[in-house]
Amino acid sequence: MRVPLKWLNEFVDLPASLDELIAVMDDLGLVVEGVERVGEGLGDVIVARVDEIHSIEGADRIRRVVVDAGEGPLEIVCGAMNFTVGDFVPLAPVGAVLPGGFEIARRTMRGVVSNGMLCSGRELGLSEDHGGLLILSPSSRPGEALLDNLGVEPDVVLDISIEGNRPDAWSLLGVARDLATRLRHPLRFPAVATPGESGETRESAHVEIEAPDLCGRFTLSLIRGVRVGPSPEQLARRLTLAGMRPISNVVDASNLVMLELGQPTHAYDADLVARRTLRARVARPGETLTTLDGVTRPLAQPGRGLGDSGDDLVIVDGDDVIHGLAGIMGGEIGEIRESTTEILLEAAFFDPMTIARASKRHGLRSEASHRFERGVDPELALFAAARFVHLLRESVPNLEWVNHPLDVRGEIPERSRVTLTDHDVERALGVALERSEVVRLLEGLNFTVRDEGDLDVVAPSARLDIRLGAAGRADVIEEVARLYSYTRLPRRTPSWPAPGGWSSTQRLRRRAREAVVTLGGHEVWTPTMIAESDAALTHPHARRVVVANPLSAEESVLRPSLLPGLLRVAARNAERGLGGALFVEMGVVFTHPDDAQVRRRDRGGAGGVLQVDLPVETEHLTVLGAREGDDAVIAVATVRTLLARLGLSGVAVESSEDAPAGWHPTRHARLIDSESGRELGRVGEVDPDLVRLIHPESRRLGLFTLDVPALHQLERDRRRDDRAIVPSRFPAAAMDFALVTPNEVGADELGRVLAQASPLVESVTLFDVYRGESLGADRRSLAFSVRFVSTERTLSDADLDTARRSLVEAAAARGATLRTVP
Amino acid sequence: MSDAPLAHLDDQVEELLRAIADLASLEELTNAEPTLVGKRSVLSSLQKSLGSLSPEERRDAGARLQEARRRVVEALEAQRRDLEARARVAELDADRLDLGDVVLDAVRVPLGAGHPGIVAITQYALEEVFVGMGFRVEDGPEVESDWYNFEALNMPPAHPARGMWDTFYLELGEPETVVLRTHTSPTQIHLMEKAVAEESLPLHAVMPGRCYRRDTPDARHLAAFHQIEGIVVDRGITFADLAGTIDTFTRAYFGPDIDSRLRPGYFPFTEPSAEFEITCTLCRGEGCRTCSQTGWIELGGCGMIDPAVFAAVGIDAEEWSGFAFGFGIDRCAQMRYQIADMRALIENDLRFVRQFS
Repeated sequence: MRVPLKWLNEFVDLPASLDELIAVMDDLGLVVEGVERVGEGLGDVIVARVDEIHSIEGADRIRRVVVDAGEGPLEIVCGAMNFTVGDFVPLAPVGAVLPGGFEIARRTMRGVVSNGMLCSGRELGLSEDHGGLLILSPSSRPGEALLDNLGVEPDVVLDISIEGNRPDAWSLLGVARDLATRLRHPLRFPAVATPGESGETRESAHVEIEAPDLCGRFTLSLIRGVRVGPSPEQLARRLTLAGMRPISNVVDASNLVMLELGQPTHAYDADLVARRTLRARVARPGETLTTLDGVTRPLAQPGRGLGDSGDDLVIVDGDDVIHGLAGIMGGEIGEIRESTTEILLEAAFFDPMTIARASKRHGLRSEASHRFERGVDPELALFAAARFVHLLRESVPNLEWVNHPLDVRGEIPERSRVTLTDHDVERALGVALERSEVVRLLEGLNFTVRDEGDLDVVAPSARLDIRLGAAGRADVIEEVARLYSYTRLPRRTPSWPAPGGWSSTQRLRRRAREAVVTLGGHEVWTPTMIAESDAALTHPHARRVVVANPLSAEESVLRPSLLPGLLRVAARNAERGLGGALFVEMGVVFTHPDDAQVRRRDRGGAGGVLQVDLPVETEHLTVLGAREGDDAVIAVATVRTLLARLGLSGVAVESSEDAPAGWHPTRHARLIDSESGRELGRVGEVDPDLVRLIHPESRRLGLFTLDVPALHQLERDRRRDDRAIVPSRFPAAAMDFALVTPNEVGADELGRVLAQASPLVESVTLFDVYRGESLGADRRSLAFSVRFVSTERTLSDADLDTARRSLVEAAAARGATLRTVP
Repeated sequence: MSDAPLAHLDDQVEELLRAIADLASLEELTNAEPTLVGKRSVLSSLQKSLGSLSPEERRDAGARLQEARRRVVEALEAQRRDLEARARVAELDADRLDLGDVVLDAVRVPLGAGHPGIVAITQYALEEVFVGMGFRVEDGPEVESDWYNFEALNMPPAHPARGMWDTFYLELGEPETVVLRTHTSPTQIHLMEKAVAEESLPLHAVMPGRCYRRDTPDARHLAAFHQIEGIVVDRGITFADLAGTIDTFTRAYFGPDIDSRLRPGYFPFTEPSAEFEITCTLCRGEGCRTCSQTGWIELGGCGMIDPAVFAAVGIDAEEWSGFAFGFGIDRCAQMRYQIADMRALIENDLRFVRQFS
């Protein structure tokens, strides 16, 4: 909200220093986000009278103008065309510095010397108008200072941000009230009119509320003797400074009242309102309204918003013609015209939630809707009307405000009442504040406070944000703390007996990240929301988790896999000539509820009464080997090393034909916990077709992915037995076994069989694999080096022979036979 | 009949289809294509011969010819797909490798320093400060129901404060019931619910995690970002504890000469609420462009847990009180490493990634 300080100063005395004011406002939560100095740097600008205008040969966009600025003729080159001889215009003479630090110098254009610059409103920072020079009043004097001519004093406009629980602060009066209380300065209310002696409003106008739950109050003033014209200069300028465009004295007065007091009002041409009757009712399906912005809008259409039934509150006249969307925007009919002489002024209170929903549903936001949806003071309506009349009288002194304005009430939220004890304040803030100080602060904000041992506090009508009960007490305490100043409250660092720490999942995650980085991993962060086509690369048949309102189609579904993102990272770096790396991402992938093995369900919907199916989230650690020489073999070695580093033994690499989309179908294996049979992830290469599709170079890309929750489960399983084995002090014997093994028996599996075949086996290590025609295509020779040892004695030849036979027998049970070299 | 030009069309088509079926490789197919369906094909010459027919005959003959061409083209494409599939099978077969047979000792794994992500190292550094202060580190899901993301946090449907968060909704269930979480605060709700169910209060936890806001990325915002949230629910916790916790954290993480201050703010789930600011880390409070000459920069939000939130999770606000705070992890990284444009974080350019360890 823009706050011109001279205007604010009418409500409360401000600190002399701007820095001090800003600091106080920030500390009150009225955060100053911008400071604009207007009219500054205009001290050098003077009034000039245009005496001659000449064209310049060869130039059609600039002209030579001779002006008199009180010291005789002066030649200026000027590009504006909107003035004639005899007009008075602003002149920035040579040496003047305009707002923004632009210094005027003597220049020569097309051979003509220009002795200064004639200025537009925008160049002077006085308005947005840049269509031509600012034309001054015909009664101006050449040489007069521009600021004197306009009656403008330099001013400062603060742009402040108002928090969502401060409906009262959307007005100068509300801002001033905070400052007055903090600074202990008196608050000044603006002057208002009183209804005239003549007439009786109800004899000529009527108001009805058909929807008392949506329209809490509807006041209607009949104002006669109106002459529509421009607002007085000072009022128009205030509006401009506050960021609104002056339109006419009637509309301007309505806007000024809103800015000052926070109460939006709406002025109707009384002659355009059938039977001079206005009614607030709910729109019916099928009705439409063409709003002031020229858009025709269907009404009473249920919205997309949660629980939005589509209630539109409309204002209709005596013929049931819709005049406007209550509290948001008027319609095209009933607008104030130049010929308007009598107006009906609506000042009302509408249900904030109804306005918020309708404003969102229609995508229509106005200064009025902004205030109504936050909650306008329901008791403000007639005061606002009185202020309106007072302001309009500045241009129409003989205005007649007909007696007894209409005032119909529907349902108005009750003012909250809470009990506040000294202990409550201390319990919340950690310090006991003087009760008298608490009372002073609350009364300053217009709370009604009675000290009856405990404080009986009633919120002002403007504070619809103050709730009941414990919540209301918290609201009131916040106001006390805010006005007292957060920075004056004490600080204490709490401590408690429980130690801090990480969960076991988090420790695993940290260790896994550390380990993969040690192995050369470069961690990247790719988007959670990806294109449908990228999701299809790895999950062509899965149901998508679709974003209802994506920023772009490129980011419209939740990723089912980290692979597409990693591939794009590898491709982008390769395209930039940066080579490859071992790219790593740890992140969540999503499964549609209908595809999930175990559903994830939680409460949701309005009131949390529904059971909502949610996507299943699984954290993956995916590694893409994109270095020179990377392939499935390196991926296998890397993932095995990683698992070993994490202490996760007994994971088998089981070659498998069921490679998921995106994986190389014949270079793919599952990572299986050999004890439980659970899958932990997969290892292999990227499908060569997919590499060709995305990567600029045709090359092998190694790939493995681990399911972090499954790793965590495995870690928990393994932890159950973490006895250390002290190696035997007796000598070990090593023996090699070359076993011709059917393809379907994995090396890990056979190794495990060998290890379990005799209690004397200390370790089994695969050291060679041989394939050859002599063995047949369906088997290969796996060569293991086996160490035997006993904890009790040095092994005898007989021990070794028995053990050896046990191993050969066990291997034979899996179809593996000792290889005989021909 | 006068349709002489097409007298043998059926036979000619059959012959073409046979020729297509005989194509044995993609190379053969590419070579044969012009004579099968191209300008040099029978079909093209037949097309040219239609010129001699009357307009009416031409229309009928044209339709027959078009149908014939469609069949041939379809067969050719089917054959192409088939050959491509066969070529792929052959390629993959030749490439076959039993990954279970990889002999670890025989593999030379390239050695090279890796680099953790800037977000991860920043998050870990923050976690370590909080763990040292006695907080547990917890986490929660990225997709939440509206109940957890909004309503339990005192934002019922159409609450204007929901507009403070530009929310991504998912097409699941009723409209606007499933969201990508806009903040880590829903994890507070899960933790409090769990603590109530397990009767394990008090609660002292921080919750780092990824959040989403429907914001076009710019130098200071990304549509996905990381936040760390803290919560304390205990007996006798006051605003003073909150201010002290923020201050202790600030000095521990940013350095002893970095101060913190609170000023009033608004969050539906805390009351009183505050924004917390720290001494500008660039100018050390002197005033610079980054801090708009104020010497302070806003880091996050905090406040005393609102009684309505306690009510939603079933915690007795007479017995327990608490505070919560939250701020951006990426923002801390941006400040610590002086990164002008946040978008560098999602570019994943190796030259950027290699700076962190």
